[in-house]
Amino acid sequence: MSAIFPKWTNWLPLVLALVAALAGGAVTAGVAVYVTPKYYRVGYQPVQPVPFSHKVHAGQLGLDCRYCHSNVDKSWVANIPSASTCMNCHNQVLKDDPRLAIVRESATNNTPIPWVQIHIVPDYVYFNHSVHVNRGISCVECHGRVDQMDTVRQAKSLSMSFCLDCHRDPAAHIRPVDKVTDLGWQWDSDPAKAAKMQEINGTKFVHDWKVESLQSCSACHR
Amino acid sequence: MAGPVISAEEIKRLAPPEEFRASPIVEGSKGLGWLTDRLSAFAEAKTPIWWWVAFLPAVFCAAVVFPICLFYQVFTGVGVWGNNHPVMWGLDIVNFIWWVGVAHAGTLISALLFLTKQGWRTTIGRMAEAMTVFSVAMAGLYPAIHVGRAWFDWFMFPIPNSNGLWPQFRSPLMWDVFAVNTYLVVSTLFWFMGMIPDFAVLRDRSKTRLRKAIFSALAMGWTGSARHWHNYEKAYTVFAGLCTLLVFTVSSIVGLDFCTAQIAGWHATIFPLYFVIGAVFCGFGMMLVLLISLRKLCHLEDIITKSHIDKVAKLTLVSGLVIAYIYLMEFFIAWYSGDPYERWVFGHRLFGHTYCVMGWILIGVNVVMTQLLWIKKVRSNLVLLFIIGVLINIGMWTERFVIVVGSLYQDFLPANWGKYLPTRWDIGLYIGTLGAFFTLYLLFVKFLPMIAISEVKGAMPEADPHHPSGGALKEAHHE
Repeated sequence: MSAIFPKWTNWLPLVLALVAALAGGAVTAGVAVYVTPKYYRVGYQPVQPVPFSHKVHAGQLGLDCRYCHSNVDKSWVANIPSASTCMNCHNQVLKDDPRLAIVRESATNNTPIPWVQIHIVPDYVYFNHSVHVNRGISCVECHGRVDQMDTVRQAKSLSMSFCLDCHRDPAAHIRPVDKVTDLGWQWDSDPAKAAKMQEINGTKFVHDWKVESLQSCSACHR
Repeated sequence: MAGPVISAEEIKRLAPPEEFRASPIVEGSKGLGWLTDRLSAFAEAKTPIWWWVAFLPAVFCAAVVFPICLFYQVFTGVGVWGNNHPVMWGLDIVNFIWWVGVAHAGTLISALLFLTKQGWRTTIGRMAEAMTVFSVAMAGLYPAIHVGRAWFDWFMFPIPNSNGLWPQFRSPLMWDVFAVNTYLVVSTLFWFMGMIPDFAVLRDRSKTRLRKAIFSALAMGWTGSARHWHNYEKAYTVFAGLCTLLVFTVSSIVGLDFCTAQIAGWHATIFPLYFVIGAVFCGFGMMLVLLISLRKLCHLEDIITKSHIDKVAKLTLVSGLVIAYIYLMEFFIAWYSGDPYERWVFGHRLFGHTYCVMGWILIGVNVVMTQLLWIKKVRSNLVLLFIIGVLINIGMWTERFVIVVGSLYQDFLPANWGKYLPTRWDIGLYIGTLGAFFTLYLLFVKFLPMIAISEVKGAMPEADPHHPSGGALKEAHHE
């Protein structure tokens, strides 16, 4: 019997190796781009039952975050305000506006407003708002410029590496505690100077406030 | 060059006595052509009945028992096994070490004896390599599923991810991942590359087109040119060197997995050596089982001679003696350290209440029974050697059980103590891996060149160009 495979088959291993490398590279690149929270979580912006605008309330009117999310510095959860908090103002302001019908109904009947949760970490992650807020980690670090959003959307990935990036270098993110809810606050209008001051003061705050910035597994996965 | 002429009688007189002469590698050889026919006979002949008798139960275990146990465990969780506090490592790790161990002797026989230029290794090297490849594959399965969530196995590899996590490179468990994977890749390549010239032999002898196509593809265009041989020999030597080193690294690292833990009975510096030797000893046992049965069943009595099996038995004895020494040292150090926990654990290995039977099997088989191999009569009694081989495998499995479970079930706090009993899923999975191993091995024996045809021929006296019936003489070729 003569040779079964023609001569060109000598190239097959090389071609197969190339195809495998290209296909593998394509799959890797696809996964790296699309299968990460950076891609599939950031930008999540559901329609809410009440067209509440953070831009108006926190931005234009200058309400402090803690007026509504009143337990954020006391509790592990940043509470969603009850309708009675809204009614503090809205029993006077826009008191017959149809957009607030659900809020009024909620306040009268004591039924919850079905807000759609946006920022969510898995059940196996323990996250404490108060410990962050009370040690100079601003709301903006995880939630972005909520004071500029009409409808809130997720601004950061909130992936594990997002948490760890900060936990591994807290000095780059820490700020004076009284500036935590001032989302647009900067050390200085000059970025170079601001970076310098962040570096100096950040290190100082981390030291003075005994910021542990835990990285052990059980810090979050209890 | 004219030297002093020595007569034939003088050569006979000067020759060493019979018992000191090297025994021939192949008995009753009738030349190289005969040898090729002989060695490729089994892969070409009709499948014998015994093969089906062995294959069907093996393939049942591999194709039915194995997937059922595997998928049930993966979909339900490790809770289906007997592992629980305080014995978190059960049969999964026992069997992992056992399979890695079986693999090691194969590499040692094939690679180390190649590097030391032992001619007799050519007849059994291929079978040993196949044993290595298949048992590493079985071993590799266990760590992958005993983590509980097999779909997170990629956490074990350094892959950039959005968890911001990276493997702990200071942990031997991490080294284990690399060691076992490297071992699987290198030993597979070593095995496959060694077969290429023999694939070409089977290709050239094939009578059907399908057979020819398959072996042509496997032989990868081998023509046997001087340049092919030159590259082949170089690559083979490099692989042999790598494989020999891997024998030591892989089992050392498995040993380090244990001795970094602070459990009494694990926390000992002797562990890396202990695991290497234990692995080799266990593998020699398996080698005896495979060699003796295949020799008989495939009628290879003149190829795998009694002298070769005698040598394997001697190697078994040597590794068995080192194992015995290490057992002795373990007990001695436990006593000498004065550490109450060490003393407790080692005392309970032999005189405890739950697992002391295992301890005595370990001593009885691995230490006492192995001494039988000192006797030449035992080493030439194949039935006895076969039984010894099986018992060594059981003994070494017991040893791993004693180390893993025997050290964990009674740790530092009596309030923690507990027992471990494997469940049917533990045992079923083990039977499944055994079935998969023997399925693969039987397929290998049936379809691939189970004896390295080219290597055996290279070790024959005819391979010497100056041999009267060797070289390129006409009568050395096919009848």
